[in-house]
Amino acid sequence: MSSVTLSSVPRFTRGYRLQHDTVRQQWIIQAPERALIADPIAAAILRHVDNTRSVDVIVDELCQSFDASRETITHDVLTLLSELVEKGILRL
Amino acid sequence: MTTPITPPPMSLLAELTHRCPLACPYCSNPVELERKDQELTTQEWKRVFDQAAEMGVLQVHFSGGEPMARPDLMELIAYARQLNLYTNLITSGVMINDKTMKALDVSGLDHIQLSFQDVDVDEADRLSGYKNVQPRKLKAAHLIKNAEIPLTLNFVLQKNNIDRMPEMFALARHLGAQRIEMAHTQYYGWALKNRLALLPTPQQLERANAYVATESDKGGLTIDYVTPDYYADRPKPCMGGWGQRFVNIAPSGRVLPCHAAETIPDMTFDTVRERSLHDIWFHGESFNRFRGTDWMPEPCASCDHKKTDWGGCRCQALALTGRAETTDPICSLSSLRHLVDTAINEAHASTQYDFQYRR
Repeated sequence: MSSVTLSSVPRFTRGYRLQHDTVRQQWIIQAPERALIADPIAAAILRHVDNTRSVDVIVDELCQSFDASRETITHDVLTLLSELVEKGILRL
Repeated sequence: MTTPITPPPMSLLAELTHRCPLACPYCSNPVELERKDQELTTQEWKRVFDQAAEMGVLQVHFSGGEPMARPDLMELIAYARQLNLYTNLITSGVMINDKTMKALDVSGLDHIQLSFQDVDVDEADRLSGYKNVQPRKLKAAHLIKNAEIPLTLNFVLQKNNIDRMPEMFALARHLGAQRIEMAHTQYYGWALKNRLALLPTPQQLERANAYVATESDKGGLTIDYVTPDYYADRPKPCMGGWGQRFVNIAPSGRVLPCHAAETIPDMTFDTVRERSLHDIWFHGESFNRFRGTDWMPEPCASCDHKKTDWGGCRCQALALTGRAETTDPICSLSSLRHLVDTAINEAHASTQYDFQYRR
């Protein structure tokens, strides 16, 4: 399995998707026969995952919305995406 | 009486029809099956999905019977998907071919749970009451894999197939399934009629647990293991608690807290033909009857586990003690636990092999 780099273009594996649960006021990842709660940071990152944007572009966009260093944001994005690729929720 | 806030359901089991080409002797459908002319129409199901999505349901499980016996299945999946509901098809696979697979794919289906009776070809035929069932299921699994729709294999475990669990795991890996559900038979309805021919021995259960542990260690395959509660000393939290997370809609539109709830006498089940799903969930008599903890008798009422297991299963309490409002007799604290132990001993001593098939 390839690792996530700044040029990777992540997408959700079929059977998984990010969704806003408007009734419970939270972001969730829909998954086979369960729903995982996405914390606010994870949700903010995953909202940019669309099979078009590279990790680099996702980081750029997050830098504009969040008051944190590019280094910190890059680290958070790579950590989350790697974890979800490992679990098969995302693909590159 | 306290009135805690009731959450909306997370998932909805849509039993589109009770019709099925198979005749499994542990079928979860009621002993009295509903006829085709009683089934909800396409438009009625769509209205149900509108209401479900609006009240907070996240996932719809299309089930039956065999849901593929409904010609409007693809239309209903596409409709639910467009409402942002997660769509899961629970199927025997015998009606999946190139054409129907393509239609399922196009409908936007999120996930398929494909049921298997066994890995032994002859036993699969005997259990399902359907000739040459296994090659059809394997063909279906390959088509699903080629369409890249996530797949869960489901095996119902019983005393005749437990020792083939390692081959079941191997089949799941071979077919590219991400998940496997290993569900010991739960004894209601048809399975209760066939309990003597299905219930495993304690030694078999020990082996089953060991097979699961060994396979889990390998990784790469998610295992959902449903234990046989007859051998537990605490009851299962049936449905995550009555009227807490799960809603079941029978083919004719009756709304049930679980698929066996209709076995409970003197309980009225509302139908989506007469009331909204929202109204039935929050205010229906059947949902409030055993919701929460106020209804509980002793030993549940003063038990530390009452919000863990919710008193166990009402249908099992009914099936074994004759009264739905008693503590599930699986519980070692129940004064009626001996009923379960007697059933285990009877099954252990029995040589019954033939089934009474669902027809």
